[in-house]
Amino acid sequence: MELMTEPMIAEQPKTKVKNSSGCEKPHIEVENLNLYIQGNHILKNINMAIPDKSITCIIGPSGCGKTTLLRTFNRLHDDSVDVKITGKLFVDCEDIYAKDTEVTHIRKKMGLLAQRPCSLPMSIIDNVVYGPRIHGVRGRRKLYAIARHQLNAVGLWEEVKDRLKSPASKLSIGQQQRLCLARGLAVEPEIILGDEATSALDPISSKTIEELFLSIKDKYTIVLVTHTLRQAKRIADYVAFMYMGELIEFGTADQVFNHPKHKLTREYISGGFS
Amino acid sequence: MKKLEEKIFRFLMIGSTVLIFSVLIFILYVILKKGLPSLSWDIISKIPSGGFYLGKEGGILNAIIGSLYLIFFSVIISLMISVPVVMYLNFTLRRKSKLASFARLTFDVLFGIPSIVYGAFGFTVMIYFGLQASLLGGIIAISLLIIPVMIRSIDEVAILIPNELVEATKSLGATNYETIKVITRQLLPGISTAVLLSVGRGIGDAATVLFTAGYTDSIPTSLLQPTASLPLAIFFQLSSPVEEVQNRAYAAALVLTIIILILSFAARFFSRRLSKNKI
Repeated sequence: MELMTEPMIAEQPKTKVKNSSGCEKPHIEVENLNLYIQGNHILKNINMAIPDKSITCIIGPSGCGKTTLLRTFNRLHDDSVDVKITGKLFVDCEDIYAKDTEVTHIRKKMGLLAQRPCSLPMSIIDNVVYGPRIHGVRGRRKLYAIARHQLNAVGLWEEVKDRLKSPASKLSIGQQQRLCLARGLAVEPEIILGDEATSALDPISSKTIEELFLSIKDKYTIVLVTHTLRQAKRIADYVAFMYMGELIEFGTADQVFNHPKHKLTREYISGGFS
Repeated sequence: MKKLEEKIFRFLMIGSTVLIFSVLIFILYVILKKGLPSLSWDIISKIPSGGFYLGKEGGILNAIIGSLYLIFFSVIISLMISVPVVMYLNFTLRRKSKLASFARLTFDVLFGIPSIVYGAFGFTVMIYFGLQASLLGGIIAISLLIIPVMIRSIDEVAILIPNELVEATKSLGATNYETIKVITRQLLPGISTAVLLSVGRGIGDAATVLFTAGYTDSIPTSLLQPTASLPLAIFFQLSSPVEEVQNRAYAAALVLTIIILILSFAARFFSRRLSKNKI
């Protein structure tokens, strides 16, 4: 299919905000990113600057590269063989794919919420403070305070405060997802990545997670990959539409949903294909 | 018709369970019946004195201690080799990679090699290095025997660990080392089962230690001295024409069984405590 006929990124959202590290760019900026898996061109020349302190949803049909793109943000492809990445990806003005970039501090800036919650094989409280602990925070009281704060932030404190020492795997799947979010927040990231974070959850739990995202978006830059258009409509400030490894359209939710510029976007949003 | 089918299979299932169970009971019965009368404090607290194998005074402490030394050090050595191998197979290599499946096939083959072959192989290696039958030789041979057992049984658990766990820790900024710690924690039940299986296989094996560890009446004080072991103690005593000595062989068998039982329960207990944060 010929996709390159129209200019891809007609208008990118305005994103010039100076952030804490004195960097003029937004937290995440992607420049000419290409990704190949076993020689297959999976991501094709992606350019995007993700606006800070808002929710950006990446939508698109299955296999279009949404998740792959999300995973490039914190270099989760590092361990996979046969993956080749070209182009630049700036996180706080630092090219994370440059040769001498050290990966752990990049990942520390981002919390990842996977499709299925994956609690670590330890107690609830140890799950939350795992991140701070490996980054050198010591002291029972300090760790307890962190756990309490973050569990409160995800609305889990009241539910688990009496059994902080019990295994995290005993929680329900929705609670585990919130626990994973708390665990991610505990390393004090600036960015939260969600890879279809609600698709394995029941409607009520996913609503809770969505509301959580809305309530913390003034503090974090949130990037969500989602399969459900309705979810994107509910919570997105900005929407990126991908198709066959290309970024077709990227703009505010209103613009993409109500006045899509590209034919493919229009078709996808109106349910023409999925 | 369906009902009949159901009944037949039910009968088969119950039958085979009962069969296995009764064999176990029968073995225990024989050992207890013949061994218990000969089992005395002397047997487990003394080393053989002159004429022990003709029915005179003494005990099999040398073999008990020898077996414990052998299995303890071999399990430690095997763990130090097996756990990294499993980590490499599952988390460094892709799970379905050719090298990984080739390695698994190799371990299966090694698993199936009879223990006497390991004994003979260990023996040649020892001769090559100019070692005599010794504790060290026995440890090496038993390690060779149980490493495949360990790798395969830890691998069975490791294969089930979701990649998300690795990604979850990594995305929190964990280094490889810290990720491995979390994985090991998840692996603990598998590791304890592996230790259990290999203790069972290693401590009860006579053929591996026959050439490599030798046999002696004294308790070894260094790695280079030969050592006795329980399976060989059973073997030598059982082949004696003296009935009293034969009965002592059953006592030795009883001691071996008890040691395995104690170690099994201990391993279960500790793995349950260590992994109490899992389900």
